[in-house]
Amino acid sequence: MKIHEFQAKEILRKYGVAVPEGKVATSAAEAEEVAKSLGTPVVVVKAQIHAGGRGKGGGVKIAKSPKEAGELAGKMLGMQLVTHQTGPEGKEVHRVLVEQGLDIAHEYYIGIVLDRSNGKLVFMASTEGGVEIEKVAAETPDKILKEWVDPVAGLRPAQARKLAFGLGLSGDAFKNATKFLHSLYNAYVKTDASLAEINPLVVTKSGDVLALDAKMNFDDNAMFRHKDYAELRDLDEEEPLEVEASKFNLNYIKLDGNVGCMVNGAGLAMATMDIIKLAGGEPANFLDVGGGANVETVENGFRIILSDKHVKAVLINIFGGIVRCDRVANGVIQAAKNVKIDVPLVVRLEGTNADEARELLQKSGLELKVASSLEDAASKVVAALA
Amino acid sequence: MSVLVDKNTRLLVQGITGGEGTFHTRQMIEYGTNVVAGVVPGKGGQKFDDSVPIFNTVDDAVRETGANAAAIFVPPPFAADAIMESADAGVAVIVTITEGVPTMDMVTVKAFLDARGTQMVGPNCPGVISPGRCKIGIMPGFIHQEGRVGVISRSGTLTYEAVKQLSDLGIGQSTCIGIGGDPIIGTNFTSALKLFNADPETDAVVMIGEIGGTAEQEAAAYIKNEFNKPVVAFIAGQTAPPGRRMGHAGAIISGGEGTAAEKMQALREAGAHVCESPATLGITMQKALA
Repeated sequence: MKIHEFQAKEILRKYGVAVPEGKVATSAAEAEEVAKSLGTPVVVVKAQIHAGGRGKGGGVKIAKSPKEAGELAGKMLGMQLVTHQTGPEGKEVHRVLVEQGLDIAHEYYIGIVLDRSNGKLVFMASTEGGVEIEKVAAETPDKILKEWVDPVAGLRPAQARKLAFGLGLSGDAFKNATKFLHSLYNAYVKTDASLAEINPLVVTKSGDVLALDAKMNFDDNAMFRHKDYAELRDLDEEEPLEVEASKFNLNYIKLDGNVGCMVNGAGLAMATMDIIKLAGGEPANFLDVGGGANVETVENGFRIILSDKHVKAVLINIFGGIVRCDRVANGVIQAAKNVKIDVPLVVRLEGTNADEARELLQKSGLELKVASSLEDAASKVVAALA
Repeated sequence: MSVLVDKNTRLLVQGITGGEGTFHTRQMIEYGTNVVAGVVPGKGGQKFDDSVPIFNTVDDAVRETGANAAAIFVPPPFAADAIMESADAGVAVIVTITEGVPTMDMVTVKAFLDARGTQMVGPNCPGVISPGRCKIGIMPGFIHQEGRVGVISRSGTLTYEAVKQLSDLGIGQSTCIGIGGDPIIGTNFTSALKLFNADPETDAVVMIGEIGGTAEQEAAAYIKNEFNKPVVAFIAGQTAPPGRRMGHAGAIISGGEGTAAEKMQALREAGAHVCESPATLGITMQKALA
């Protein structure tokens, strides 16, 4: 799950990670109020959308007075902010974060991610603050310091010191940085984060160390122990069809093509998208209906797929292992009767009782094409586009 | 011979009385798996289907029945503890079917298992089957055939697809290992390949990867340097957009890393037969074996 910068900072603050003073605002007047209460000569107004690269898109501005902060917020709120991560249509700004301005001496990068190759969390630190870490990794990999954390020992003080020394810090900044690293690690573990990125981390002229920006993602699998995080979800940031699908426990991801697909199993769903492309079509979505594939899930799947007006044909690909194909066929037939399907439908069922299933489909009186293999299914659905 | 499981496997099932546990334990017994015990805290002394004894702890189950493998059907919040309980009791092979185990739990579990040398398959996987000998998991047994090709896969139904293609061509399987779709798994491609490399009754391997992580690239390096049997490979997600999690918790291209293209390239360079289409896995293996 992704959250906004202001939410990430509120969480980090709770865990003792230093962040600038600030508050979120949803109107120009509110932004002006926040700026006034901060009382610093300069404040920063930051558009709150999930995408990165906001500064370059005009989503981060400096104001020299509360009045100016209000004006800037007024312009930002409601605008379609375009960054390299939003796509050309941009994202509408619904909130701004108004923060104290800081007397910055230097900017750094700090991140924690899971290193999948060894199953350990890894701290990454770099003196190249404000630059995308992927860019630094590609161009100057030697500028990234890494420390892998043993889960039994946790982040050891020696590791925190190594990172802080590695960044060239000394004095108060050094002490504050090691404290920052420990607090950040604690926050990551306690919140079941899947990513924590502080870019930039800043050291002020007086030696304070703060998270000027903060990005946190959470592990969806751990939500059962963080029920309060559900309210941090911002549905405005998500594709409406995906939100709708999630209500039915369907795993749906919208893509740009015109062949809708409904599959059981994530791997087979990806493979089905791939073979559609190989056959000359473009997949319109990823949809894993899971193990059940009963009338209800298939019906909801149809509704979601067909709400995408780009869809010109639909392919159902189910491998019935434990689930019997004849049952799935009955589900498909029933669902197809309940939902008005005005595009060609190709169905491929394989596995237990596949022959009976094909017969059921053929006798159903529905206008659908029955495919015998994965390849046959892909070529039939692509042919149906013409 | 086969890898991980065989006729000598004595299986205990954790979570044997749950919905999934009950259903699949019956299926495993029907397939011929020797299920010797169930473990459900508080239900010790009862029997599953009037035949399989249930114990309160894995320790009890191992001591009383000599169980040497565990299948885990425990819900996500309790799965990590269940895995570690089996490892601590000295169970050699653990197959974790549970989907949705938190990553931070798996960070702990992985360190725990590594320290004990326990072999775990999963989580979030269909399990392990040596056709005709033993099935630990949820895969449909009937699509498999006894034979000499190993299968390793991050997926469930896509594995069934591949297995069916093989069986339809008369190519049987020595062992099929569903390694699971999560970011942290007990047995990765490389460790599974090592098992097959040492198995005299496996002649070749089908490997089904997907986007996310670099496990396939690491496997490619191993194949290039040490693996001495033909490998047929497919990577799912050639059309997957970056930054999106495609169903499996581990299936995500992040920071430009983990694309299907780079994995296919690495495997090709390692000498594997890489299929562009998932429909050609069986036929490609047939050619590789000819």
